[in-house]
Amino acid sequence: MDFWFSQMETEHVKTSIRVNKQLYSAQSEYQRIDVFETQELGKMIVLDGEIIFSEADEFIYNEMVVHVPMAVHPNVKQVLIIGGGDGGVARVLTEYPEIEHIDVVEQDEMFLEISKQYFPETAKGFDDERVTVTHMDGLRFLRRCRDKYDLIINDTTDPFGYAEGLFTREFYGSCNRALKEDGIMVYQHGSPFYDEDEEAFRAMHRKAYKSFPINRVYQANIPTCPSGYWMFGFASKKYHPLKDLDAKRWKDRGLKTWYYTTNLHKGAFMLPRYVEDLLEEEEKLAKKENIE
Amino acid sequence: MKKYEQKSAPICEALERFKRRRVVPFDVPGHKRGRGNPELVDLLGKECVGLDVNSMKPLDNLGHPVSVIKEAEELTADAFGAAHAFLMVNGTTSSVQTMILSVCKAGDKILIPRNVHKSVINAMVLCGAVPVYVEVKVNPEIGIALGVEVEEVKRVMDANPDAKAILINNPTYYGVCSNLKEIVRIAHERGMKVLADEAHGTHLYFNDNLPISGMAAGADMAAVSMHKSGGSLTQSSILLCGENMDAEYVRQIINLTQTTSASYLLLSSLDISRRNLALRGEDSFEKVAHMAEYARNEINEIGGFYAYGKELIDGDSVYDFDVTKLSIYTQGIGLTGIEVYDLLRDEYDIQIEFGDIGNILAYISIGDRIQDIERLVGALEDIKRLYQKDSSNLYCGEFIQPEIVMTPQQAFYASKVQKPVSETNGMICGELVMCYPPGIPILTPGERITKEIIEYIEFAKEKGCSLQGTKDPEVKLINVIER
Repeated sequence: MDFWFSQMETEHVKTSIRVNKQLYSAQSEYQRIDVFETQELGKMIVLDGEIIFSEADEFIYNEMVVHVPMAVHPNVKQVLIIGGGDGGVARVLTEYPEIEHIDVVEQDEMFLEISKQYFPETAKGFDDERVTVTHMDGLRFLRRCRDKYDLIINDTTDPFGYAEGLFTREFYGSCNRALKEDGIMVYQHGSPFYDEDEEAFRAMHRKAYKSFPINRVYQANIPTCPSGYWMFGFASKKYHPLKDLDAKRWKDRGLKTWYYTTNLHKGAFMLPRYVEDLLEEEEKLAKKENIE
Repeated sequence: MKKYEQKSAPICEALERFKRRRVVPFDVPGHKRGRGNPELVDLLGKECVGLDVNSMKPLDNLGHPVSVIKEAEELTADAFGAAHAFLMVNGTTSSVQTMILSVCKAGDKILIPRNVHKSVINAMVLCGAVPVYVEVKVNPEIGIALGVEVEEVKRVMDANPDAKAILINNPTYYGVCSNLKEIVRIAHERGMKVLADEAHGTHLYFNDNLPISGMAAGADMAAVSMHKSGGSLTQSSILLCGENMDAEYVRQIINLTQTTSASYLLLSSLDISRRNLALRGEDSFEKVAHMAEYARNEINEIGGFYAYGKELIDGDSVYDFDVTKLSIYTQGIGLTGIEVYDLLRDEYDIQIEFGDIGNILAYISIGDRIQDIERLVGALEDIKRLYQKDSSNLYCGEFIQPEIVMTPQQAFYASKVQKPVSETNGMICGELVMCYPPGIPILTPGERITKEIIEYIEFAKEKGCSLQGTKDPEVKLINVIER
């Protein structure tokens, strides 16, 4: 059957995926949620027309936001995930026995329910007794937190949707305060390739740069992201993502992965020329603004 | 309010009908539905530029309404509980000035609190009315001017029995309301008219939990900024009249200065917003009040900031408080309001209404969402974390009430000379000096300049307030009366 779902990456470029059937569609208080069964990529969840993940590629994203910081920070006990209503990030985190508690702050209850119903493998993360889910605006949750978490993962993707407050200067500032003195924050950094995404990409680095002493960006290839190229921010109070990487310790854990390796970890921080230039420009701008 | 009839929007409906006829234009405006100015269409959109048409029979005429504009004005009067309503296209400045020009002529006295908008003073420059100040109470902790006390009003009225009218802010910029109903009673007893400047009080007409509105309190005229809390386009406003005003005379006053090319973009926005408020205003403003209360509580928990509210009510100079105004005293974290205003804009991409020496004001309205409130609160907290300073040597901007030496008209048209600010102590000011926002004058034409006032101006400039009104664009010189 010639039945396709298209994701607009820009006004003039789109990615189309053949659909077997639509499994679910509804409007939550915050966004439109659709679930499709696709021919090539398994089940896929779409929020407000943007693909969040498919069964075929969710491992890439979840592994990259979890293993990268976990291979650097020597002692993570308390973790906060903002967003993460699908449970995928929580699931990967639960593979680390030393983690004592994981707070998931997902504002959209419906998104969580749908994930549990259609993606039980991913949502297994919520079954672990170390995981607590709170339904609240992320900024509001953070307001009461001070010096509490070793790792914060900002798992929300859309800087212009209802969660736009989670890509702001005050958000990064709040995360800084909520983290312990050697805490790490990992966040979505978008895609730098298309013109229309560039401004948001630049703004994120500039804002994070003003809030944390160490700010590096790393990359991954995720087929369902715009241009297949997605980036993450690594904002840290103390640990450097490459200098403090303890590859041997991570490998000794014997965790099974399908994307992440400690070599890939190093390569992920080696960026294309145009991306490096972009980031350097924003850092110069931020330094200049700080002096003024 | 006749709620069923409020469903109609006569001006918008007439514009729709007109659009469908696809009439060929050989009248102004010259862009002819945008065809002559494609870049304008790209910027504003075809719908918008297409509605930019001239007065004509099917669309009525603002200067002399007989059909759809008349109907729209009648519906507006009904929605606001007034005897008559006028749609205004030159901002609430034009509404306020019309109020004053309608009740005063040259030499007539009018009682005003000192914290009026500059348009009030400028109206007096135009018509030669004589201002008499009613003392305004000040809250020294937060440094804001409050309302007027009833006893003080009586005292000034008794000292000036020939005054024609009294003008009251309802509410003030910060949300403070005086006892309007009582003031109306004592004014009418003495044959004086009451003018309500409700530039910041459109919503008072549409929610019973908010302070009383001018018309409900019996005021004779009220100037309402539809574009502030009413949701219409910037520069559109409404002038309301009670039963004791001669509406036709007021229209003549309006026509003294009103353009003959009133914009239908502004008029249609007034029509639609009036309908929206009439049908849905009660609920909308209830939500707004909730959001403002939520924000107030969250901000007060941060510590250092003081978001004040109904606790200020003392039954007299703060007779009531408009809870939709989110006014916050910032000196607790060692920063002036203007510094916080700038930080919010430059570092957090948040534009609030204004900041002065001691306070900031965030406008919560029907267009706000709770996530935006979270952002504002989050940003204020981050500002405290990063920029907090020792607050011990901050100047607490006292509200100053200068001495009137000449009427505004006399002073404005007198022979003047420009002098450096620091040398003007004791001289009479010949122009307006103010921070904008809020547009409340620090000095008006005819007032005596004192050392206190000079200090205030220097401090405001130093802290980054945007000063206006002087002939000198850099506000280094003030125009004073030549002796």
